[in-house]
Amino acid sequence: MMRLGVAAATALALAAPGFVQPASAEQKTVKIGYVSTFSGPTAAIGNDMRNAFELALDHLGRKLGGLPVEVIYEDDTQKPDVGVQKTQKLIESDHVDFIAGYIWSNVLLASLKPLVDSKTITVIANAGPSQVAGELCSPYVFSTSWNNDQTPETMGMYMNQKGLKKVFQIGPNYAAGKDMLQGMRNTYKGEVVGQEMTRWPDQLDFSAELSKARAAQPDAIFIFYPGASGVQFITQYVQAGLKGQIPLYQVFSIDELSLPRLKDLAMGVPGAQQWVNDLPNDANKKFVADYIAKYKSRPSFYGAQSYDAAMLLNSAVTAVNGDLSNKEDIRKAMEKADFKSVRGNFKFGNNHVPIQNFYLQDVVKEGDDYLLKTVATIVENYQDRFRDRCPMKLGQ
Amino acid sequence: MLYFFEQCLNGIQLGMLLFLLAAGLTLVFGIMDLVNLAHGSLYMLGAYFAATFATLTGSFTLALILALVASLIAGMVLEVIAIRPLYGRDHLDQVLGTFGLILLFNELVRLIWGPEGRTLSLPPEMLTAVQILPGVHYPIYRLVIILATLAVAGLLYVLVMRTRLGMLVRAGASNREMVGALGINIKLLYTLVFGLGATLAGFAGVMQAPILTVQIGMGENILILAFVVIIIGGIGSIRGAFVAAIIVGLIDTLGRSFLSDLLHLFLSNNAAQTLGPSLSSMSIYMLMAAILVFRPEGLFPAASR
Amino acid sequence: MTASLDPPLNAAPAAVLTARTVFTAGLLAILALVPVYALATGETFGVALFTRTIILAIGAVSLNLIMGYGGMVSFGHAAYLGIGGYAVGILAKEGIGSGFAQWPVAVAASALYALVVGALSLRTRGVYFIMITLAFAQMIYYVAIGLDRYGGDDGLTIYKRSDFGGLINLNNKVVFYYLCFAILLASIFLISRLVNSRFGLALRGTRSNERRMRAIGFPTFRYKLLAFVISGALCGLAGALLANHTSFISPAIIHWTRSGDLIVMVVLGGLGSLFGPVIGAVIFLLLQEGLSRVTEYPDLILGPILLLVAIYVHGGIGGLLEGRRRG
Repeated sequence: MMRLGVAAATALALAAPGFVQPASAEQKTVKIGYVSTFSGPTAAIGNDMRNAFELALDHLGRKLGGLPVEVIYEDDTQKPDVGVQKTQKLIESDHVDFIAGYIWSNVLLASLKPLVDSKTITVIANAGPSQVAGELCSPYVFSTSWNNDQTPETMGMYMNQKGLKKVFQIGPNYAAGKDMLQGMRNTYKGEVVGQEMTRWPDQLDFSAELSKARAAQPDAIFIFYPGASGVQFITQYVQAGLKGQIPLYQVFSIDELSLPRLKDLAMGVPGAQQWVNDLPNDANKKFVADYIAKYKSRPSFYGAQSYDAAMLLNSAVTAVNGDLSNKEDIRKAMEKADFKSVRGNFKFGNNHVPIQNFYLQDVVKEGDDYLLKTVATIVENYQDRFRDRCPMKLGQ
Repeated sequence: MLYFFEQCLNGIQLGMLLFLLAAGLTLVFGIMDLVNLAHGSLYMLGAYFAATFATLTGSFTLALILALVASLIAGMVLEVIAIRPLYGRDHLDQVLGTFGLILLFNELVRLIWGPEGRTLSLPPEMLTAVQILPGVHYPIYRLVIILATLAVAGLLYVLVMRTRLGMLVRAGASNREMVGALGINIKLLYTLVFGLGATLAGFAGVMQAPILTVQIGMGENILILAFVVIIIGGIGSIRGAFVAAIIVGLIDTLGRSFLSDLLHLFLSNNAAQTLGPSLSSMSIYMLMAAILVFRPEGLFPAASR
Repeated sequence: MTASLDPPLNAAPAAVLTARTVFTAGLLAILALVPVYALATGETFGVALFTRTIILAIGAVSLNLIMGYGGMVSFGHAAYLGIGGYAVGILAKEGIGSGFAQWPVAVAASALYALVVGALSLRTRGVYFIMITLAFAQMIYYVAIGLDRYGGDDGLTIYKRSDFGGLINLNNKVVFYYLCFAILLASIFLISRLVNSRFGLALRGTRSNERRMRAIGFPTFRYKLLAFVISGALCGLAGALLANHTSFISPAIIHWTRSGDLIVMVVLGGLGSLFGPVIGAVIFLLLQEGLSRVTEYPDLILGPILLLVAIYVHGGIGGLLEGRRRG
């Protein structure tokens, strides 16, 4: 009998915490669920986003629209099935008021149904799959980042300016990878002589693809490899002796997180971005300066987008005077985007994807530091091409 | 044609890494009749050890040597504490127990080194390519991997074929009871063999770290391939592991490179790109299934029991 | 394999009031009451957690048929979860939302694959059998990844649960829970009928000594294959349920570590016992969930538990309750 008692008690005691979670009856605290990646090689991105979000809350006095804030961070381990589980847990068990985050397009797409079904107001701080800008747009989902196609489209424009005739594409085979390569093709007028998709996220050996690229003899290689995979790719690109032979163009593959590891290897590789750390507006100067002071490292565009997400939520909760039960008014306030974004002007398109400028960035060396610098503005007030597939209109 | 040759080299290089893992696995399985799922964890530990030692000493070579020593010690300690009770048991119990070890090791690594993973940098001399044939460039470091593993394979051969320890190993692979009856200290032999396997796994972990990864759970994916290699090669046979590893490495790499192109002729771009790597991965398992159906003892069976 | 340590053949479980049967009855009662508790407290997450537990328990029950009673250790059972799940997902995406179409396809496809795998694999034994079942699961895993139209590695969202017309509404969480629970009980009933039949006796005889069974004249290969197919089909049904539950299917469910999870559940609960897989599934999943809420490093505890169970306890947790020790 003892054994029975012990075994039963242990099993149930361990499960008990799962039961003792009362549904929040009074709205004293704003609860935000944050889904990102905090383990594995891309943990640096999740950490940057969390750091920036926390910094924003510091700047807001740990209050959102006057209400105290509680943030629950969940790790999607870069997997769609884990991401959707964590999303469901945040909605059904933690009863959060808002959800933010989502680095990866595939994780976001998997998690979309529970978000939309529960009408949880969501701020996507990175992922930008075309479906969410188009047919899967939802009145409750907002983006402080971009649509996947936009950034590479501007890169394609730049490649046209440079007069490149033949380009070889390499990217990871998942939702965002396909979008990015497609985006470049949308605007590029030359010939795409190759398109290689690699297994994501576990294929980190690009020897086969680099060999193919070399054999095709293009004017340039275009890649999309976010996070640590960018470090891997560029390192192997240099190891293969291609630097100096075939130039490399990229989106999202070199950022402030990977730059300290790449160092010299990243010099001379241009990229496009809607935010670079040296943008001259006041909100950005404060963000960058305070981030460096608090965390002793530079923020990346992931962090900038996450910071904006917090500010956006604050503007909405402030607009409704902290009345979290009024979801419709919060939603309308979100659409107004009445906050100072670190990227300068910020307004939403009808599909809740920002209309914004895109800049050309390059890597420069200042002393011992490697920095990303804005070289030029590629295009202003650029809107994504999926807005017409979204039936929403602003202000409804 | 030159491109094909370059891809063959890539396939062989992958095969070399698989061989290092498979060699340890097949020794342990062949001699101690132990299914060790945690072998991938030893591979992971080797990589983490090297990353830490590299940060402490600033030298890749020194980090490698220290990591090998650490892997050996870790392997032997693991054997004494957790593996010994599993000898002679049902394979199922061994699967269960070593599965638990995988969970434990992943969590331990997360506790000690944190969740983000590590990097291991190469000395700058190794960061370029050499022209080994006119028109064929190959990264120096990958050549180093191939040559280093060949050297290790050679050492293993000498060890197994020419030394007393090796004789015991070979005897144990074909007839365990006899070796015990000869009065050899079986316990010590087993510990040494397991330690050797751990060192080989750790070596593979260190060598791949600069080009691939040092992260939690990195052992699981390659572990499965290692099991496939030893099944194809023949359990207990190092020669079999070597041949099978090269075959598997070539299939994987050549499949990844050429199947997609072949499929482009029939399918849309996206579909071909997705299906190509899929098919090449599948073909490795189909080969193993075929071996199991038609020649279950493997290509180079160690001996009859 | 060691000699069978199952309860006597003809003793109905309820008649023997051991610690084990009391525990099992208590567990079943708790499972039956989970939705009631949830409705009373308004805490619905428990229903989701236990629905998943019950569905995976069905998978463990199916695996136990061949592993516990038949001595065949399949390291590839997650493939059937995947086949069943993708049957629902693919048909849903192609516009066929009726459960009357989806679920039979899920079961039939799984049975068919089990037939192929079994026919090729059952000639082998021991670790070779383990590896070849793993290989066949890996093949399905890579097929799923290669299905570009159905999401590939990114997975496939299933927007509507299987539609059964007016018969039953799966969108109601509580209704779905009790359906899964009913299917679990029905599966156990099916297994108990099977193993206590002539077929079952022959199967268990094959597990102890196949050569002798063949000498007596039993077509052991056919019996093992039949058990294998039934096991695969039942697991495919679990897969269909799982896809409905999560509204999402991806190759991740077919990863070999998921097959490992199923094996762990069966062994934890006690091989070759009727309710063992349920006990094992509940304990394993509760441990995972509970430990992760209590500590930042749950596997530091779970890992060694598995190791200790493998080393010291014969017959899993069920055996622990019956007081067995390693002799």
